[in-house]
Amino acid sequence: MPDTQPDQPAGPTPALPTIGILGAGKVGTVLSRLLLAAGHPVLISGSGDPAKIALIIDVLAPGAVPMTSEEVAREADIVILALPLGKYRTIPADALAGKLVIDAMNYWWEIDGHRADLSDPRTSTSELIQSFLPASRVVKAFNHMGYHDLDEGPRPEGAPGRKAIGIAGDDAPDLAAAAALVNAAGFDPVPVGTLRDSILLEPGSELFGANLPAEGVQDAAARFPETERGREVAAARADEDAA
Amino acid sequence: MPTTPIEFGLNSFGDVPTDGSRTLSDAETVRLVVDEAKQAEAVGLDVFSLGEHYREGYVDSATPVLLAGIATATERIGLGTAVTVLSTNDPVRLYNEFSTLDALSNGRAQLVLGRASQTQSFPLFGYNLEDYETLFEEKLDLFMKLQREMPVTWEGTVRAPLVEQTLHPTMRPGGIPTWIGVGGSPNSVIRAARYGLPLMLAIIGGEPHRFAGHVDLYHRALDQFGLPRQPVGQHALGLIADTDEEAAETWWRSWEPLVTQMGRERGFYPPTRERYELELGTGALFVGSPETVAQKIVRMTQELQISRFDLKYDIGGLPVDARARTIELFGTKVAPRVRELLAAEGDEAHHDDHDSHDLYRIGSTHA
Repeated sequence: MPDTQPDQPAGPTPALPTIGILGAGKVGTVLSRLLLAAGHPVLISGSGDPAKIALIIDVLAPGAVPMTSEEVAREADIVILALPLGKYRTIPADALAGKLVIDAMNYWWEIDGHRADLSDPRTSTSELIQSFLPASRVVKAFNHMGYHDLDEGPRPEGAPGRKAIGIAGDDAPDLAAAAALVNAAGFDPVPVGTLRDSILLEPGSELFGANLPAEGVQDAAARFPETERGREVAAARADEDAA
Repeated sequence: MPTTPIEFGLNSFGDVPTDGSRTLSDAETVRLVVDEAKQAEAVGLDVFSLGEHYREGYVDSATPVLLAGIATATERIGLGTAVTVLSTNDPVRLYNEFSTLDALSNGRAQLVLGRASQTQSFPLFGYNLEDYETLFEEKLDLFMKLQREMPVTWEGTVRAPLVEQTLHPTMRPGGIPTWIGVGGSPNSVIRAARYGLPLMLAIIGGEPHRFAGHVDLYHRALDQFGLPRQPVGQHALGLIADTDEEAAETWWRSWEPLVTQMGRERGFYPPTRERYELELGTGALFVGSPETVAQKIVRMTQELQISRFDLKYDIGGLPVDARARTIELFGTKVAPRVRELLAAEGDEAHHDDHDSHDLYRIGSTHA
């Protein structure tokens, strides 16, 4: 865009928070594109040297800035976790202190291997992430929709047939910030409960893989306790409470 | 006349089919696959490729053995894989198997290396899924060294070291065509480019044009590594019948239970009919009449710049005669129609070139 056009801002709207994305794979690159398109500055990291992902970012998410995970965590206002869940211990916890962290990760045994700690029905994986990041505020979002639906599905706010993304968290202002981000990405945000409830967005639940409008996401979330997975989770948690 | 050359492959995972109300035995399915490969050759298709799976309902576990059987029953068709699970194979053994296949078939062997979308081979052969990256990276390094620079001295963490090792039968110089199969991971695309290997896009759901960025990434990476352009191919699922309706109904009867089962194993939402219709229209399934499928393949040559298209024609429980009809129509109707459409497109482009060339000449005359 020529900079002689006085009506056009020279860069991203300064009011929009800078988004950091940890993970430059399928989900990380798609989310980068969506949030850049919404005007957010985006910082992104892979698993090591930013030079390793420079070409990937230049082609698949042009405009995002490749950095180390440590730098992304330190410099971004909100950080999205889009790395394989099994690698969560590599997340720079100290650099994320005091920040809103959006957990888009899922337990996927084909990548992570079979792990009891990631598939315990008593604990949502976002609760696990929250306990690993005690000084951050974790909200679950962007995890249940397949990355190709994320890529193909964004629509402007109010557009007919706009798809929805369930979000879950413990704190109203943080949920509002996550909702704004989901909306900016092109989807209707649907709060489905607390971080403990976020298990209903995980693999094994009806919502996992779902690509539905808001009422569909609300209905599926409401149905969760009656589903097989819902009953399994409730039973495991009742045992834990009794113990 | 400039035409975009395109190759057509048929892919099988050795899915066990039905015949009337009866499900074929595993042994019958093995023999059927050989017959289907012969049919693929007879209808003029370029390559027949087998997957590698270790679970009920699939008989493609001993890929090179089955390909050897096909090699002696055919004369011309290329013999490949879709895909070979390199991470849980020994590269030395793989070399021996495919150099033998290449010798046996008089130079018709090729490979696609990847991870496959199923993972049973990891526990079966004693590997950990979380070691996938290291396994693939080291084994690809060794396998390409064996193909490109024998004798090989090699040391790594995933198998015993080799010292000045030569293997026999020795492959043709440079090795056999070896593709890298990718499912969407940008890192895998970069890896294929780093080795200068052709790229096979496995697109089994969603809109294929999502992969246009990956193709761009692949080309840019090849440029950056200073390597020449390599072909891009697409692996897709589908069925061809006389009409779109017949194709859609026949495929749905097998696809719906299969995807429901996969969803149960991996914890995702079962397919809806609405979703299915989208996959048929703008999505990844190549299910329809010959004209519908041909038009969709032509779109792929434009959106993804592919020069090879592989159709996986078997999914569990599909009737034997629907499979045979797909192979026949793919070879006799779809492939010629795609070539015809591409030739027409090429002619137009040639005209445009010609016109602009003339304009340029006129311009220089006036200068």
